[in-house]
Amino acid sequence: MPAIISVEGLTKRYGRGITAVDGVSFQVEEKTIFGFLGPNGAGKTTTINILCTLLSPTSGRALVNGYDCKTEPRMVRSSIGIVFQDTTLDKDLTAYENLVFHAYIYGVRRAQIKPRVEEALRFMGLFDRKDDLVKRFSGGMKRRLEVARGLIHRPRVLFLDEPTLGLDPQSRSHLWEAIVLLPREHGMTVFMTTHYMEEAEVCDRIAIIDGGRIIASGSPEELKRSMGGDVIFLKTTDNALAGRKLAAALGVQPAEKEGELFFEAPRADEQVPAVIRVLSDMVLSLRLQKPTLNDVFLKLTGRRIRLEDVQGGDTIKEEVRAYRRRH
Amino acid sequence: MTDVNAIYVIVMRELKKFIRERSRLISSIARPLIWLFLVGAGLSRLVSPRAGMPYTQFIFPGILGMTILFSSIFSSISIIWDKEFGFLKEILVAPVRRSSIVIGKALSGTIVSTIQAAIVLMVFPLIGVSLSAVQALLAIMISLLVAFSISCFGIVIATFYESYESFSVIMNFIVMPMFFLSGAMYPVRLLPAALRGASKLNPLTYGVDALKNAVFAVRTGLMSPDFSFAADMAFLVASSMAFVVLASVMFERKQ
Repeated sequence: MPAIISVEGLTKRYGRGITAVDGVSFQVEEKTIFGFLGPNGAGKTTTINILCTLLSPTSGRALVNGYDCKTEPRMVRSSIGIVFQDTTLDKDLTAYENLVFHAYIYGVRRAQIKPRVEEALRFMGLFDRKDDLVKRFSGGMKRRLEVARGLIHRPRVLFLDEPTLGLDPQSRSHLWEAIVLLPREHGMTVFMTTHYMEEAEVCDRIAIIDGGRIIASGSPEELKRSMGGDVIFLKTTDNALAGRKLAAALGVQPAEKEGELFFEAPRADEQVPAVIRVLSDMVLSLRLQKPTLNDVFLKLTGRRIRLEDVQGGDTIKEEVRAYRRRH
Repeated sequence: MTDVNAIYVIVMRELKKFIRERSRLISSIARPLIWLFLVGAGLSRLVSPRAGMPYTQFIFPGILGMTILFSSIFSSISIIWDKEFGFLKEILVAPVRRSSIVIGKALSGTIVSTIQAAIVLMVFPLIGVSLSAVQALLAIMISLLVAFSISCFGIVIATFYESYESFSVIMNFIVMPMFFLSGAMYPVRLLPAALRGASKLNPLTYGVDALKNAVFAVRTGLMSPDFSFAADMAFLVASSMAFVVLASVMFERKQ
């Protein structure tokens, strides 16, 4: 399938100090969901802003729908829809009026405005609230309205920057139900960023970004398989003895954590019966754990994605904002 | 075509909000009336009637100018609100020229301000002067031009600020001096030389002066217009063109 987004050697420096994006290259195939994963301050939003033509790159090239983001910004803008991290709705207009504004400013033909606006509102489940002022909407409804707005001009690519940030679990799943339908029902490519690893499971392909560089990419399955498969956790009557027996019989190197033995099992379905056979009645309990994308991130960076990095990320964000104010 | 639609919808948004926000409408009408009848009536006791005309009549063009000034600046610096609340991003990523956004915003301010000026104009009979239909029409045409010029100037200001906390700075250091140095409350020729120089750079001065030329029955004496009507119009047209270009350039560069 042809690539609808193609990025090569993209770099963005702010002033002398900060390199927000550092030589990033990737391709996104048409009608797929592409996830850009990383902690705060990893360079996700900077990359999106370059692809949306709001920022120009220091070096490198980005093509969206065949148009160069730097030299053909208007063509790029008419090919894309965007849902930003922060709300960009006019709170003093109704939901309907916000979408009509969007239809006009994107040059939708007048006869098509009403049907498209209504269709988008129905698709996102907001039709019965269309005449309410946006300031009366909850966070989840606002986000859904922004996705609805992004669909009105039928973009080839829809960008979603942290679409579920700050939403409660119910609003999140509501939003995801709609997003996963976009490639099939609307023929759109979805480019999304998130730092919720669980959410990235719906993506066809993922790129993990950290410190402005892509450190891994592939389908969620491929990335998890690169972890060496499942992990078997065991409680036994004598962990030390059981460990030695397993090492001798199966050639694995079990480690112990919080009273449990565990080891990576690339073929867990075959290995579980073998474990039981070797240890016979020493086994008190046994469980299997599938690796998650969080484990992938942990393995690649030695850090968890959410915790300690938030601080550093926010500092970079502040510096970038200060830089923009000065220029 | 997209750009025409964009200008249209930016103007419609402003009009919709203008009509919806009753308090803005009411205060925009009340402010000039307060100045006219409270400040004007008080000061008219101090100002000699021999100066040419009653003081409330003298400040009437200035009050029209004030209505346009406040309303145009307010409309343009709503761009700062849009920045703060994120809506500006929605406009900036749309496939339209930056200059169309500037023109849409400038026309929004122009239309809203002229509507308000027209309402204030209806008060004219209350201060004891009658206006011919031609004079009223001329006053409205001048208002359109002044409003356009000041709206564009407001957009230039808005490109410098990021948050609405700057509102009071803009009001105190830009809008109020512009008002007092416009010849609205006292003839420009009575000002000290340094302030007179500043007055001559103020687009509102020529707007107020053009309105004086259009509506004053008596054009001699201390309170007469400071410049010729032709000079007023020339400066207004020139400043409008300069500001619309400057606003487009600034907007393109800054956003």
